Amino acid sequence: MLFLFPSAIFITIFLIIPAVWTLYLGLTNYSLTGLAAANPKFVGLQNYATVLKDPEFYNSFKLTIIFVIGSAIIGQALLGFIIAWTFSDKPGKLRSFVEVIIILAWMVPSSVVTFLWSAFLNGQNGTLNKIIGGQTEWLITHPMLSIIVFNSWRGAAFSVLLFGAAIAAVPKSHLEVARIAGASKYRQLRDIIVPASRGHILTNLLLISLWSFNLFTPYLLTGGGPGGKTEILPIFVYEKALRYFNFGIASAIATIMLLINFVFALIVIRRGKQK
Amino acid sequence: MSGFVEVKNLTKIFPNGTKALDSLNLSIEQGEFFALLGPSGCGKTTLLRTIGGLEQVTDGEIYIDNTEVTYVEPGDRNIAMVFQDYALYPHMSVEENIGYPLKVRKIEKGLRAERIMTAAEALQIQNLMDRKPSQISGGQQQRVAVARAMATRPNLYLFDEPLSNLDARLRLEARTFLKQLQRELGVTTILVTHDQSESLALADRMAVMELGTIRQLGSPAEFFHRPANLFVAAFIGSTPMNLLDGKIVNGMVHVGDSQINVPFATKSASEGQNVVLGVRPEYVSVSSPQSGGFTGVVKVLENLGTHYLVSIDCNGLLVRGTVPDGEEPTPGSIISLLPDPKRTLLYDKESGDLI
Repeated sequence: MLFLFPSAIFITIFLIIPAVWTLYLGLTNYSLTGLAAANPKFVGLQNYATVLKDPEFYNSFKLTIIFVIGSAIIGQALLGFIIAWTFSDKPGKLRSFVEVIIILAWMVPSSVVTFLWSAFLNGQNGTLNKIIGGQTEWLITHPMLSIIVFNSWRGAAFSVLLFGAAIAAVPKSHLEVARIAGASKYRQLRDIIVPASRGHILTNLLLISLWSFNLFTPYLLTGGGPGGKTEILPIFVYEKALRYFNFGIASAIATIMLLINFVFALIVIRRGKQK
Repeated sequence: MSGFVEVKNLTKIFPNGTKALDSLNLSIEQGEFFALLGPSGCGKTTLLRTIGGLEQVTDGEIYIDNTEVTYVEPGDRNIAMVFQDYALYPHMSVEENIGYPLKVRKIEKGLRAERIMTAAEALQIQNLMDRKPSQISGGQQQRVAVARAMATRPNLYLFDEPLSNLDARLRLEARTFLKQLQRELGVTTILVTHDQSESLALADRMAVMELGTIRQLGSPAEFFHRPANLFVAAFIGSTPMNLLDGKIVNGMVHVGDSQINVPFATKSASEGQNVVLGVRPEYVSVSSPQSGGFTGVVKVLENLGTHYLVSIDCNGLLVRGTVPDGEEPTPGSIISLLPDPKRTLLYDKESGDLI
């Protein structure tokens, strides 16, 4: 037990205290400026009431859902599964090559990646416009699509690797019995690979949905704009706290996000346990 | 074309350059239980898988029932395969597992249920239909795998070591059962195994393979009594055959200090030829010392149940024979081991072939 003591101290300082602090802040009118900064007052659930009446919050929540479905579920999980499945029966060298390329997107730091994507999507001299011809300012005309494609590209590696491992774990003989029976590739996928990978699929969906739900990186690309079109919840919280200095409201939103994550995780985990 | 399964000049080279099959020819009769036997890496599984269509051939042709199937998809060959790991789907019940190939082939529900039931009854697993594969024993899993193969009513069964995951006692039971079932169904069956006793027990005819080629083809009795070469001689038999270097001198085989008189075998050998004398321990009897044969000190006695396997040291040469239970010599005593001249074989030292 004594050995756990140092790590317990660190966990308390860096995780538990900030979490409790956030919960507490959500119940005050704490702010970085003005009277409330010097003398924060306990306001009970008033912040929560304000947030839940705020149409901007619901808009931000809607944008977050679009972002999660687009980039996590379709972009990363579905596309990742298709890539993993496509290369599962290809020779090892080709598969390794594709994996390395995909992992590279995962390895590079966020700030560097967003810089590259800014350059890629730039209206005047962007790589994309040079390739397809045109002057489209992608981040302005298609901001949500841009961050969805960005996050899909960025995070697909995880799904590709996880699903790749799940598919590789299906014994060859299982697929061969199906082949001898005359099952098409699609049937092999539907009847054998997907049921065998069920646990991996649920775990993957849980993780990447939570990651995308809490992802702040799109801020580095669009700053939440233009006109709040990409102001997903993590960016919304950031704006409330560090642009409007309203820590009470920001903490309340953060707590609501935590609750949403928690409920979502519970549902997925419970489904995973059902047979 | 005569055989039900005809394999012509079949060559399989894997992408990494391994030549698994080397212009192999084989003909298997309708209704025959045929065993492919050999050490691991000899190409027996590759041959089975190319017949099943799971591996692409590099060169050559395969015919099943007078139809060329060399490039036909496995699903269109009307075959069924049982794998070593049984390949039962963990998320399906026993019933769904047996019915899966029928479902893929779009066999109507009523007929499907009927076929599933017939197969399950034949294998006595009717009471397990709702269980998952993880809830039944290894022996039962093996039966489910066979039932699944049976339910598709194929023209040809391909068995890839279906018994090797069972424990020794269950394996014997399953062996008898499998042979009986094959007799009743009368469907041509190819079995791959590395276990020579399984092959001898089950097959009507068998082939021993080495390095992608067939070293001998024939009935189990032929394999046991007259192995065609040293490779097969060493491979077949639960107690290893005595294989002793010798030379033909004056119509006798000189092995070490011993002179063995085996007139039947020496007839076709030439004087001065370097040979290997082969005789199964089962055909070596014990006699009193100095009465011919191999004389030496009894080193090891092994109890085989009804018999003892006796190993004697004959001036550095190890010779084995069997004696009935109760007549075994005492270790350390000097005895002679006398090969049965009619059962003794001679192989050419150079080529390894039977003389």
